[in-house]
Amino acid sequence: MKILLVDDSKTMRNIQKGILGQLGYSDVQEACDGLDAMSKVGAFQPDLLLVDWNMPNMDGLTFVKQFRAKGFKSPIIMVTTEAEKARVVEAIKAGVNNYVVKPFTPDGLSERIKETLARAAA
Amino acid sequence: MDSSYITPFIKSVQNVFETMLQLKVDIGEPALKRSGDPSYDVSGIIGMSGDLEGSIVLSFPIATAERVVSLFVGTDMAHSHADFPDAVGELVNMVSGGAKAQFAGKHVSITCPSVVIGNDHAIHGAKDVICIHLPCTSDCGQFAVEVSIKQSCLKPAAPGSAAVGAKNA
Repeated sequence: MKILLVDDSKTMRNIQKGILGQLGYSDVQEACDGLDAMSKVGAFQPDLLLVDWNMPNMDGLTFVKQFRAKGFKSPIIMVTTEAEKARVVEAIKAGVNNYVVKPFTPDGLSERIKETLARAAA
Repeated sequence: MDSSYITPFIKSVQNVFETMLQLKVDIGEPALKRSGDPSYDVSGIIGMSGDLEGSIVLSFPIATAERVVSLFVGTDMAHSHADFPDAVGELVNMVSGGAKAQFAGKHVSITCPSVVIGNDHAIHGAKDVICIHLPCTSDCGQFAVEVSIKQSCLKPAAPGSAAVGAKNA
């Protein structure tokens, strides 16, 4: 299982990487914004992506749209402070499969990851 | 400033610290802060634009910031560590984002955070916006949330238009 973490905060990427490690996922790559992520998805071919919304250079929503436009089908979990219902709907329409609002508990993020992977496998 | 602009920040800072750090935060009496009055030693700053505009500051004494960040990242981290500002920035990002979500019916955007580290630095926001200082107490020490926001006179406001000035004293 290859997982790409896209967040401009190294602290947040480390927290998420720790949670993924506890779930047994160690094949993890990191990107610091949408542009960096776009440059990595071709070679890495992630099976799951955790994507922040507000990032410099290319935000998460733009990344999701471009990722889907290139035909990638891997599930995406948006992990963001953007909690308004309209924003969630916007993200889902763009191709996001699940949504986690910061702040989150380790258990909360773990549940969303398991749920998303189970849905993708069904 | 409309008092309804303050409550979301009280709820958000308590929620962020409780959820991410398992740290209870008590909020003291809000007070007016004059532009140029010194903040604590470490400040995370976020600009807000859209229907509301201004800035949000999360400010800590060095020792408190180091305790809070160490809890957040799960290991001891001094303020000289390269990743220290990133952690402070992410905390103010979550506090601001959580408050933003409570402004029902308003379209508000927040900027990426900036972090200032230096003794008694002063943060100068927009001159026509008053700043409310929210004193916070926790087991890691005292810190503050400083809220300087107002209803935008421009509709719609351009994203990222909030002006935040910071300097080291």
